[in-house]
Amino acid sequence: MIEFVRNVRLWFAPEQVRREGGTPDYRFSLANERTFLAWLRTALALVGGGFAVDQFLPDLRWGWRVGLALALLAAGVLCALRAVNHWVRCERAMRRGEDLPVSRFPALLGLVVALVAVAMVFVVLVGWEG
Amino acid sequence: MRDPGLQPERTRLAWRRTTLAATVAAVLAAKSALQGGISVTGAVVCALCCVLWLGFLALAHRRIQLLAASPEPRALAPRHATATVLVTVALAVCGAGLLL
Repeated sequence: MIEFVRNVRLWFAPEQVRREGGTPDYRFSLANERTFLAWLRTALALVGGGFAVDQFLPDLRWGWRVGLALALLAAGVLCALRAVNHWVRCERAMRRGEDLPVSRFPALLGLVVALVAVAMVFVVLVGWEG
Repeated sequence: MRDPGLQPERTRLAWRRTTLAATVAAVLAAKSALQGGISVTGAVVCALCCVLWLGFLALAHRRIQLLAASPEPRALAPRHATATVLVTVALAVCGAGLLL
């Protein structure tokens, strides 16, 4: 968590990232950028899913509908923030010639999406009409 | 020499895909804001979503221009990455605001 807070400063400071180590092959930086964009798309899809749940499931009980939508929106926010954080960490590791950082986030996100899917199945089977 | 792996082109297309995803999210947000008749809050949130979408478009366009500017483009600036993420977060916050 402290590491995360320290990284937040790097998000806004290009000079600070560029001061460390050497510039890696531009292709590695571009690959890192594409990975960041892929995570950002995942985040946007989660946010879009949140809006979709709110709009296209009007028959759902209020609590379920708002709960699911908020869970998806929150997952989207988390995914976007972690995307930029992971991108900065990778960029820094490449400049310093270190190993790329490992992450539990993909597993965590997978579990959350699975949970939302199970909740949806449950809602469809049991609580559709409230 | 032209990069045989077409890295800048692939990155440009990744930005395009991401813009498309942002467009879908923004359209859903605007539709959500205008659900059940037009209210003042709805119109304001809808306008905000449009501004956020335009912001995302501008950021993507700027990066695509930078990618095209040189055969070996510089790495993405952290501020640029953070700005795109903040637009995404703002869109989600709009959504949460509409729900509550």
